[in-house]
Amino acid sequence: MILTRRTTLATLIGGPLVLRFGPAAATPETMQTAIDGFTGGADITEGRVTLRIPLLVENGNSVPLTVSVDSPMTPDDFVEQIAIFNEINPLPDTARFHLTPRSGLATVETRIRLNGSQTVHAIARLSDGSFWSAATEVIVTAPACREV
Amino acid sequence: MSVLINVPETAAPGEIVTIRILIQHPMETGFRTGRDGALVPRDIIESVACLYQGEEVFRADLFPAITANPILSFHLRAGETGRVEFVWTDNSGVTARDGRLLTVA
Repeated sequence: MILTRRTTLATLIGGPLVLRFGPAAATPETMQTAIDGFTGGADITEGRVTLRIPLLVENGNSVPLTVSVDSPMTPDDFVEQIAIFNEINPLPDTARFHLTPRSGLATVETRIRLNGSQTVHAIARLSDGSFWSAATEVIVTAPACREV
Repeated sequence: MSVLINVPETAAPGEIVTIRILIQHPMETGFRTGRDGALVPRDIIESVACLYQGEEVFRADLFPAITANPILSFHLRAGETGRVEFVWTDNSGVTARDGRLLTVA
């Protein structure tokens, strides 16, 4: 009996952490709306996505970003889209990448602008319709968008 | 407007290769004011698509939060010899294209 209870508890606690970006979270409302638009309100699970951005950025005008998703990228199981969202730029949408099984590897690199310190979110939609996410907090000493 | 495209010259069948493109472009956000106090109109590349063997294999939708001279790096599984073609479109609908030959052997 005790073993069964332990097993049940371990499964409950250690099971996959399902993260729903609710309105009560610290993320600003506009980004939440953009994320809802992307997922259609579906649940997002934290994991499978790796978002690499420098933790401390001197120049917000050019911030290198690498996002990768753990996926075999076969016709049966691949990443369809990766969306990048930011919290405090004028627009929450940052970039959206459309991948195919022909991509072979779900890793994309680009450079973004950040208008100040914030958390950047990456959300992937897989071919089975599930959504996975990662987030990285970035400190920006010289924000973009300020000067002409 | 100039563009830098990096596609390997040769690849083995099934090999996953890295593709890079850098497009010279101001990516003017449309949120900045000029010296006269008026908003500088938005001028950004909105879409960059990569075509290979008659199929769209990758596409990026870009927003004002992408840097000037946007750079993209992604991957492609080599199939047959063919051109890796890029088509990009700005927010006024102007389209440009360029590509490189990928020889698969």
